Amino acid sequence: MNRRPLSPHLQVYRPQLTSVLSILHRATGVALSVGTLLLVYWLAAAALGPQSYATAQNILGSWFGLLLLFLWSWALFYHLSNGIRHLFWDAGQGFELPTVYQSGYVVVASSLVLTVLAWVMAFSQ
Amino acid sequence: MSLRTPLARARGLGSAKEGVQHWWMQRVTAVALVPLSLWFVASLIAVAGADYPTVVAWVGSPLNTALLVILLVSVFYHAILGLQVVIEDYIHREWLKHALLLSMNFALILLGVVAVISVLRIAFVAVLSAGV
Repeated sequence: MNRRPLSPHLQVYRPQLTSVLSILHRATGVALSVGTLLLVYWLAAAALGPQSYATAQNILGSWFGLLLLFLWSWALFYHLSNGIRHLFWDAGQGFELPTVYQSGYVVVASSLVLTVLAWVMAFSQ
Repeated sequence: MSLRTPLARARGLGSAKEGVQHWWMQRVTAVALVPLSLWFVASLIAVAGADYPTVVAWVGSPLNTALLVILLVSVFYHAILGLQVVIEDYIHREWLKHALLLSMNFALILLGVVAVISVLRIAFVAVLSAGV
């Protein structure tokens, strides 16, 4: 096998908003896939009965569980917002460089706003 | 001049015989997941702190059961398609790539089936215990 560098060969580029958001989309996608373990655990615990559900609620409600859920919720909102950005690109919209940067900032802002909003709503229940 | 037969060109499936199915299903599940994930997070916020019977009743309501199953199938389908691309892009050792692709598929299908069965079990138990 030859030793030439293979694409995506990222290390020669200076990080830019566009490239950072692009790799974050992948990173959050992988994180969310791993995070489905939490979701499946929670659903399976609820299916097993009140005792196992109470145990799951205790684990997820601990500071570590809440931290995981907080990070997971940001990953979800980021992947969701940036996914919508990708769907606009798939439709052929928003390819001008200024627009790409604008939509990038909108995605970052909306992921943070939605995360804060969700947790404020959760704790004001 | 193309060396492909007219039939192959009309089918548009390319050399992998799959055409754009992978790309297209990634988008179909993405579009489905936009409203579904927002609905799910909003519901979790409303129901997560509630007691067990409330959660069971929420899962067991027919519309919620249906939306949960559709959400779970879309999530795991979307995750399998996405992780497949990530593995194919970054893992170049042939045997390792195939081992990871296989185990990723098996693991996510197992998780997805457990999740769907859990939702259905909660829904059916809710009905049965209400009938007692």
